[in-house]
Amino acid sequence: MTPAAQQAVPEPGGAHATPAVSVKDLDVTLDGTHVLRGVDLAASRGEWVNIIGPNGAGKTTMLRALLGLVAFDGEIVIDGRRDRRRSARACKVAYVPQTPVIPPGMLVADYVLLGRTPHRGMFAAETADDRRIAAEVLARLDLAGFGERTVQSLSGGERQRAVMGRALAQQADVLLLDEPTTALDLGHQQDVLELVDALRRERGLTVIATLHDLTLAARYGDRIAILAQGRVAETGPPAEVLTVQNIEEHFGASVRIVDDPDGPVIVPTTTVSTQNGDQP
Amino acid sequence: MSDSQRYGEPGVVLQASGLRPRPLAAGVAAVALAVVAGLTVGPVDIAAHRVALQLLDGLPGLAIDSGLSDAHAAIVEQIRLPRVALGLLVGATLAVSGATYQGAFRNPLADPYLLGIAAGAGLGATIAITSDLGDGAGVFDAVPLAAFAGALISVTVSYVAGHLGGRSTASLILAGIAVASFLTACQTYVLQANSDAFRQIFAWILGRLATSGWSEPALLLPYFAVTVGVVLRYRRALDVLAVGDEEAAALGLEPRRIRMIVVLAASLGAAAAVSVSGLIGFVGIIVPHTVRLAFGASNRLVLPLSILFGGAFMVLADLAARTALAPAELPIGVVTAFLGAPFFVLVLRTSRREVW
Repeated sequence: MTPAAQQAVPEPGGAHATPAVSVKDLDVTLDGTHVLRGVDLAASRGEWVNIIGPNGAGKTTMLRALLGLVAFDGEIVIDGRRDRRRSARACKVAYVPQTPVIPPGMLVADYVLLGRTPHRGMFAAETADDRRIAAEVLARLDLAGFGERTVQSLSGGERQRAVMGRALAQQADVLLLDEPTTALDLGHQQDVLELVDALRRERGLTVIATLHDLTLAARYGDRIAILAQGRVAETGPPAEVLTVQNIEEHFGASVRIVDDPDGPVIVPTTTVSTQNGDQP
Repeated sequence: MSDSQRYGEPGVVLQASGLRPRPLAAGVAAVALAVVAGLTVGPVDIAAHRVALQLLDGLPGLAIDSGLSDAHAAIVEQIRLPRVALGLLVGATLAVSGATYQGAFRNPLADPYLLGIAAGAGLGATIAITSDLGDGAGVFDAVPLAAFAGALISVTVSYVAGHLGGRSTASLILAGIAVASFLTACQTYVLQANSDAFRQIFAWILGRLATSGWSEPALLLPYFAVTVGVVLRYRRALDVLAVGDEEAAALGLEPRRIRMIVVLAASLGAAAAVSVSGLIGFVGIIVPHTVRLAFGASNRLVLPLSILFGGAFMVLADLAARTALAPAELPIGVVTAFLGAPFFVLVLRTSRREVW
């Protein structure tokens, strides 16, 4: 695997410093539970920010707030606009859910065309432009020729690309990924993240992803934010955020961190005696 | 697969699912076949070309001698034609309502009676029959009015109760089941207390397409128009809802509002159909699923084709109901299940599509 070519991405705070996404003092309460408290987060255009944190930290809620799917207090500004209307938001933000619903019997072509819904409205027919965009996306994702197959009939990796295709067809500047590597084997995990990285370079996408795998989060993100108990506990470049101390504090995990040219590698340590008798 | 091979070539755009000429022609042909059969077959056989001429004669500005006697002309125009029209309307309404329910609830087992329409209509009709209100004729008959009211009340109560229970589709379906059970219990009680009306009530429940001239089709037509108008307008939105509420919302839609609009529109038509024809089961399930298996799962083709094939299916079922044991008539609900179930099993076995 080749390391991410950092120089192609505009540096945060550089010439293209207008934040694509800016979240200030975000509060979300769900069923009486305070899920997010005073969260601040920003992502520059073309930046890839990974949100990590233990289960129940509010990562998915964070993405749902960005999508306008939950009521919130505070401020979410996307591409300079505060518009809370869902249709307007959907033109700016595309979403790849953790476990996408695969609609029975739906053709891949129709599925990818769903991504055009925010642009044309739910009553209008697809335009030639919509179909051209969907065809281009399918070709880009190596799914050309899959248009008339059903999404159900695709393999796991192909499905993931079809879902990605729907998100790309939205032509939104911001791409939200909720645990994109769940349920994929190592090779497909790599494929998906490499694909996202290539797409954000080609299309200048701003990527905000939640990831469980800390090593992958370090390798693919420009920046990492640790979300714990509804707050952003740490944020910064992977090497600064992913420290033994931070991981122990927020994940309750005991790890070793191995320095690698591509970024830190997080290795869980074990308290059980290993064969050669090493103790942590 | 020739289309899909072209996707890779530059400059070729892909096609979305939609109503293509061939399925549309098949649907229109099915309706035409059913109408011809419904008008020509019966205790008196009347040649198809004479029926056609007689119908042309009825058009304004045309005077054509069909060669039919006055009595035969009357059979065609005043007995068979209204009955065929009612069959088309009832079948189309029930089928498109079922297709809508299945799409809106993302559930292959949903049918227009899911939210208690059948139980509500049944209770309304039972009360009207047992309290001897049902002696009027046509539009003024109390039975359809009471059935219609009962159906609408049950859907409304289900919807309100389902929203109190958390607004998910599951809570809505559970509310519908609860309301239907309650109303069925009420109906059984009224029935037990009036066992002399048992036969009449049972006949209503099994469904019939008896007409007294044009009043029944005329009564149903506006509801059919509203249901079809609303539901077809939302056919693309229903395709988006197929990815679930969360993802549909992320694509900019308001899934709950869309579901409420289409379900209420479908319920209105189904309630009207049930009130004039009784409880004809199975059409709302079998027709949309057959269309899906034969042509594809997109609501853009399932909804319009369900209208055509639903109407044709009902006219043919009615033909079987009135000729199989002539001069006696079978209840049409019996025929739809008796013919429909084996046919559906055949479709299931022969189709290779995965639609659910």
